[in-house]
Amino acid sequence: MIDFRVLPEKASTFAESVDPLYWFLILFVGGFFLVVCAVVLYWGVKYRQRPEEDRPSYHPHAIKLEIAWTVVLVIIALGIFVWGSVLFFRAYDAPDDALEISVMGKQWMWKIRHPNGMRETNELHVPVDTPVRLTMTSQDVIHSFFIPAFRLKQDVLPAKYTTMWFKATKTGEYPLFCAEYCGTEHSTMGGRVFVMEPEAYAAWLRGEGGGEAPDDVLAAGRRLYDRLGCAACHTAGVENRGPLLEGIHGTTVEMTTGETVVVNDEYLRESILNPSYRVVKGYAPLMPSYKNQLEDEELMNLIAYIKSLPKQQVAIAEVK
Amino acid sequence: MATVVTDPNAAPAVHYLNWRKTVASWLFSLDHKRIAILYLISISVFFFVGGLLAAAFRLELLTPEGDLMQADTYNRYFTLHGVVMIFFFLIPSIPAVLGNFLIPLMIGAKDVAFPKLNLASWYVYMIGGTLGVLVLVTGGVDTGWTFYSPLSTTYANTNVFLAAMAAFVTGFSSILTGLNFLVTIHTMRAPGLTWFRLPLFIWAHYATSIIQVLATPVVAIAIFLIAIERVWGVGVFDPALGGDPILFQHLFWFYSHPAVYIMILPGMGVISEVIACNARNRIFGYPFIAFSSVAIAIVGFLVWGHHMFVSGQAMYSSLVFSVLTMLVAVPSAIKIFNWVGTLYRGNIVWTAPMLYAMGFLGLFAIGGGTGLFLGVTGTDIHLHDTYFVVAHFHYVMVGGAVMAYLAGLHFWWPKITGRLYNHLLGKLSAIIVFIGFNATFFPQFLLGMQGMPRRYHSYREEWQLLNIFSTSGAMILGIGFLLPVLYFTWSLVFGRRAGANPWGAKGLEWEKASSPPSPHNFDHDPVVTEEAYAYTGREQLSV
Amino acid sequence: MSSTSHAEHAYVAHHFHSAEQQKEAGTLGMWLFLAQEVMFFGGLFCVYAVYRLLNPDAWLAGSASLSVFVGGVNTTVLLCSSFTMALGVYFAQTGDNRRLFQALVATLALGLLFIAIKLQFEYLPKYREGVFPGANWGPYGHHYGHLADVANQGGLQMYFVLYYIMTGMHALHMIIGFGIMVVLMVLARKNTFGPQRYMAVENFGLYWHFVDIVWVFLFPMFYLVR
Repeated sequence: MIDFRVLPEKASTFAESVDPLYWFLILFVGGFFLVVCAVVLYWGVKYRQRPEEDRPSYHPHAIKLEIAWTVVLVIIALGIFVWGSVLFFRAYDAPDDALEISVMGKQWMWKIRHPNGMRETNELHVPVDTPVRLTMTSQDVIHSFFIPAFRLKQDVLPAKYTTMWFKATKTGEYPLFCAEYCGTEHSTMGGRVFVMEPEAYAAWLRGEGGGEAPDDVLAAGRRLYDRLGCAACHTAGVENRGPLLEGIHGTTVEMTTGETVVVNDEYLRESILNPSYRVVKGYAPLMPSYKNQLEDEELMNLIAYIKSLPKQQVAIAEVK
Repeated sequence: MATVVTDPNAAPAVHYLNWRKTVASWLFSLDHKRIAILYLISISVFFFVGGLLAAAFRLELLTPEGDLMQADTYNRYFTLHGVVMIFFFLIPSIPAVLGNFLIPLMIGAKDVAFPKLNLASWYVYMIGGTLGVLVLVTGGVDTGWTFYSPLSTTYANTNVFLAAMAAFVTGFSSILTGLNFLVTIHTMRAPGLTWFRLPLFIWAHYATSIIQVLATPVVAIAIFLIAIERVWGVGVFDPALGGDPILFQHLFWFYSHPAVYIMILPGMGVISEVIACNARNRIFGYPFIAFSSVAIAIVGFLVWGHHMFVSGQAMYSSLVFSVLTMLVAVPSAIKIFNWVGTLYRGNIVWTAPMLYAMGFLGLFAIGGGTGLFLGVTGTDIHLHDTYFVVAHFHYVMVGGAVMAYLAGLHFWWPKITGRLYNHLLGKLSAIIVFIGFNATFFPQFLLGMQGMPRRYHSYREEWQLLNIFSTSGAMILGIGFLLPVLYFTWSLVFGRRAGANPWGAKGLEWEKASSPPSPHNFDHDPVVTEEAYAYTGREQLSV
Repeated sequence: MSSTSHAEHAYVAHHFHSAEQQKEAGTLGMWLFLAQEVMFFGGLFCVYAVYRLLNPDAWLAGSASLSVFVGGVNTTVLLCSSFTMALGVYFAQTGDNRRLFQALVATLALGLLFIAIKLQFEYLPKYREGVFPGANWGPYGHHYGHLADVANQGGLQMYFVLYYIMTGMHALHMIIGFGIMVVLMVLARKNTFGPQRYMAVENFGLYWHFVDIVWVFLFPMFYLVR
């Protein structure tokens, strides 16, 4: 027999916190509909035109009633807004210790790469009870990474990074879709998410459960870093024309405009492609743009390498 | 005693339908009533084209595998269904047909303020429509009606340029119609017809026209830039060439969200008229319904970002758009309460238009209520771009706007044609449409909840049963829509004469104009001395 | 309508009660039309603002390659045409159809001069020297060769895409205006306008001033980026 459920199986912390709101809304809207129907039917019959009744037309001035239901509606609307927004906040706010996985969408497949370089296509293996943060981009059109069991979805844009995080709560296999219409084979662009015990995930990462052999992302990133000569400017000492990159990821820096920016993948990406847009305070906008010079893949490697650079306390101390 | 027996309901000897008979007298008519008929015929054609496309892809969705048609064909069908239904049917439907016909009659004017502009709007619409048909016969377009870049600008192989131009051109028809109505309502009202004596139909069209004039130019320029990008090969919105696709989404939804109010607000105007007349009551809370239309029009300009909660837009923008969206839901709910309140202590007659109007109330309650799921950021994440959105949109646009359009057409058909249709068939079609509609779209809410993304040519097997329900419902709905075509056409020739006021309704169009109205609407310039909806409760039907 | 004089009646379309009502409708209609024009150009200004923020360097380089002198001359030409148009409205109101005709000729001539300067000193030289976004992009020659050295070529192309689209859209509005002006000139020749009947000229005047104002925004946006 068909296993019918209104909402799909829930398998993430977000799904667990958001499902009560769905049920509240279903009951609220369903109740509203039933009340409207009941009143229409009851009055529709009770007050139908009958020749034997002479009921003069009713001209009410129910200003208090109007104001009352307006106020009640506004309060309900704002209440629902607050409830939903608190959840939305949670869906945005990734924990710092989240496992970083990168996702690349292209017509019509998902390419996924794990921190150690392990790759897979249209499948995503993640450990249970561990926060996971996906950094996503697209090679062509807009896609949208959608896992119904997690109640999460995020558009994946070309030439830009978007992120999404989740903490799976139940091991198992869940469907994965592309939700943003992306061309001919849009409906085939999907796959499966495998939520595994952490030990099983660790074993899978070592290549014991299929998946393509890992390549060394950091080595590739380092080669680019050297080839492009990033260190020529981003270095301590007299040649210090750009901010030091060691340990900069995750810090908060002040811009020339006075605004502060958290240095994340997106900001690093922007600084490489459009360096003069937001410049760190104390530096001149000297850096040339690397737009159209790097493949998305290369950019990801380069950023991964910059992120891996350890903070060099000594070097900074010397400058001072 | 009169010596000659005459039908008291007979049409006047000369009326707008028969006073000139040539084809040219129709194609170059400046009479708002004839222009309304031109629109009626053209939008009906587009409605059935759009409907056939929908029927075809609903059949394809009977099975999980994409077996009846290729993915490319399917994508073109749903894109054209959207483009045709939105740009060529829904946006012009109530304003250009019923609004055109009724606004001058309701305010006691001889015509709209700019009759030539009115005719020009129809021609602009037809040029856009012709371009639309050209798209259809030259292979269609497969970007979705939303034309998202870079799919539309760089990756699509179909005739995006032509489709964009079709939408662009048609937009100007909408702008000019709105402009005409705003000026007409401001300057052409009969003596004594103050703002708070206006029928709510007029208020609704006033609010609609504001949106048409102020929002449509923005989408015009956005779609124009897409077209430029296609032919010129530069990247206004394509990230590979330095553009920002999110910017296109902002420009697109800045219009396209208010556009849903262009589609639903006139429907709300129709519902107010139909309910007041059939309940023989003054509308409950007249100023609240009037101002809620204007409130929707204004706040509706500030909520477009709720289409973009998962697009990568800043989180705080999403929260602002979300709270404004929740607030724009309030005036719609107020309207529902007031319409239901109008029934209280009335003398309700259950006519065909009334059945349609009550169907509207129920469907719009669901359509509006499910909008809460999508306006709240936390719940939208899961439901965005799923069948839940499709169902919500159709509950508002078909359950709301189309039901209201049909209610209006059934209500004013005797005025427009001077003939009565078969009333029993009218009621039957209202019931069939209601059942067929729910059977089609309610399962889609469940599909969306379960995570079925929209615009899917093939889908997971567990969703087949609900899709079968939906397709079966669509067939019933199709019959419900065809039925009125039959009895309306039949009534043109065989229908009984309606007389000036078969419903016993209030309003200048019923009380001061004949059915069909004379070429210049009124024999004597009307003067208004009472409020709208001054029903006594004793008005009798003569249908 | 016994209260309205016969002379006045002749100019009032059948569906209006009075000349006053007709005038009110015409004026309101024109302002609403301009409101939709504002939204139309507003969308473009929005696009401009976003891309300028994203590519400040390209905007500087692009703007430096435009001649403030040529742009300034054109601004003056257009402002003069607005002046002659305002005179035309005055002559229409006073019923001086001969001077109205002359004012329209002057306005049309200034408008054509604007377009001629735009083509001869701006569009064509740029096009010839590769300053035209798209497949053939590649600035060269001593005027524009330095543009090839700008690092952010994508941003620079975007600057010129918007330059051509926005100034082109403005020029298109002027060309539509030329057509209407010719019609008004014919009507002026037939002594059509007078104190009772000048709305067409007045409304066209509003349109022309609007087109002028758009240029007053475009000039600093493209020529004076610093």
